[in-house]
Amino acid sequence: MIYTEKVMDHFQNPRNVGVIKDADGVGQVGNPVCGDMMAFYIKVADDRLADIKFQTFGCGAAIAVSSIVSEMAMGKTLDEAMKITNSLVAEELGGLPKNKLHCSNLGADALHAAIANYRERLSPAVASGEAKRTPESEAEECACPYCDGPLVEEGAGELCRKCDVEFVECPSCGDLNKRGAETCVHCGEALEK
Amino acid sequence: MRPVYLDHIAATPPRPEVVDAMLPFLGESFANPQSLHSGGQEALQAVEESRARVAGLIGASAEEVVFTASGSESNNLALKGMALAGRARGKRIIVSAIEHLSVLNAAKSLEKLGFETVLVPVDGLGRVDPEDVRKALTKGTVLVSVQTANSEVGTLEPVAEIARISRENGVPFHTDAIAAAGNVPFDVRALGVDALSLAADQFYGPKGAAALYLRKGTRIVPLVDGGVQEGGRRGGTENVPAIVGMGRAAEIAAAEMTKWIGTETSLRDHLIRGLLEKVDRSVLTGDPSSRLPHHASFCVEFIEGEAMLLHLDMKGVAASSGSACTSKSLKVSHVLLAMGVDHALAQGSLVFSLLETTTAADIDRVLEVFPPIVDTLRRMSPLFTKFLEEKTS
Repeated sequence: MIYTEKVMDHFQNPRNVGVIKDADGVGQVGNPVCGDMMAFYIKVADDRLADIKFQTFGCGAAIAVSSIVSEMAMGKTLDEAMKITNSLVAEELGGLPKNKLHCSNLGADALHAAIANYRERLSPAVASGEAKRTPESEAEECACPYCDGPLVEEGAGELCRKCDVEFVECPSCGDLNKRGAETCVHCGEALEK
Repeated sequence: MRPVYLDHIAATPPRPEVVDAMLPFLGESFANPQSLHSGGQEALQAVEESRARVAGLIGASAEEVVFTASGSESNNLALKGMALAGRARGKRIIVSAIEHLSVLNAAKSLEKLGFETVLVPVDGLGRVDPEDVRKALTKGTVLVSVQTANSEVGTLEPVAEIARISRENGVPFHTDAIAAAGNVPFDVRALGVDALSLAADQFYGPKGAAALYLRKGTRIVPLVDGGVQEGGRRGGTENVPAIVGMGRAAEIAAAEMTKWIGTETSLRDHLIRGLLEKVDRSVLTGDPSSRLPHHASFCVEFIEGEAMLLHLDMKGVAASSGSACTSKSLKVSHVLLAMGVDHALAQGSLVFSLLETTTAADIDRVLEVFPPIVDTLRRMSPLFTKFLEEKTS
């Protein structure tokens, strides 16, 4: 099995699935193109997370990550919850396969986005910067097709530092191609030089 | 309850007769087929019998069959070997956009050697238009490669017509028939192909045994230089047990294929009808009529393939998917994208591929356990919630 028992437990019996209609904060990260999308809804009382619900479109790891993040954050103060990091999430699940680590980033990001959204509603001026993604998770949207490593944005395309390969998105199907390729390897569309 | 294995496209279970035929060659009959002593000659005879059986399955002559270690190797040998053999004539190769990665990436490697690859598109059902191949053909084209059937969406391609167009233009034609060989009948002479890949693990033979048919006179540069094995087209001591297993599997497939196709087609259609009826917002991918008899592939909206596979596995059903999350590279299936399937929908890809032993009870089991899995995953999907909200507003 590629997943630990704990991952499978949270995948099979995810805690806190759902939507809070009158949520105090909502955070949504990811997109179905890269495979995962998460939405977190929070209720806040006395600066603590009184209730958390989530919805996830994604793989087993993505679902397990959302579930454990909701469990880890429940009842915590907002500042404590902001300290939940991607690596803590992966650790709590007993580890994740390397190419699934980006899922743990999304989970923490979605929670943090919900808290930032709550704070912004309270005082828009103070918290406006907090909805930004944390540096740790930046560039984890999609992985390098060669090494599974992170891609960083570079000009109009994305770069894998490890492989030293630049990728550009195909305007037709959105998939990544090596810069300089004439046609998209996936849909055959002509690519701009 | 007996597990329901519907992942034919990944591997088929070797038939007991195949295992029995292989066993002596894993033990006492260990000799090298190139040895002159009687043990070696016995092994050589077994290899040559297998070659004749594999040739018989596809209507070839025995000397036109080169054994390799995998379907990917056969495709690499065809692409690289034929392109390099023709490089004095030109440097253009034509492949379809939905080829297996062992074809597409072999073409990419050739680009590094100065070759130019032209990708021929497919339509929404995954079909190559032979006229597109004709338009892409130029004087300097040295190879055309289009698969016989696609393993992700089951579509059968018009290879006979594409082969004819290639031949009219004097360009060698290769087809990756790995998903089709041993499962649907064809004859290499009637198809008019110059080269054809097939693999034993797609027709109840062992892994590690595959072949490349090379029409007599087809020029090729070997990838593995060595001795005299395989007529100098692939060096290396023969994997005798695997080759013997492939030969036995080819013999069985040739004899039983018609029966398999009858059973599989009716079960496949039962599965397709039942699933589309029971799962709202699901679509069949690939060609509904011209498709592999054992192949039923879908996209289910609002949910992701790996999550479906994990749930199915817990219910004892083995299937596969082309979603990004199920692939190590985290890339969604290039086949579905080339067919114009929306990125998000392609994440909900699911492939059930039947065996000759699949029963109606197996299919009913899938139709029973799968719809609740879809409901469970959709209940937690933000995309589905959004869809419901938009529907009611």
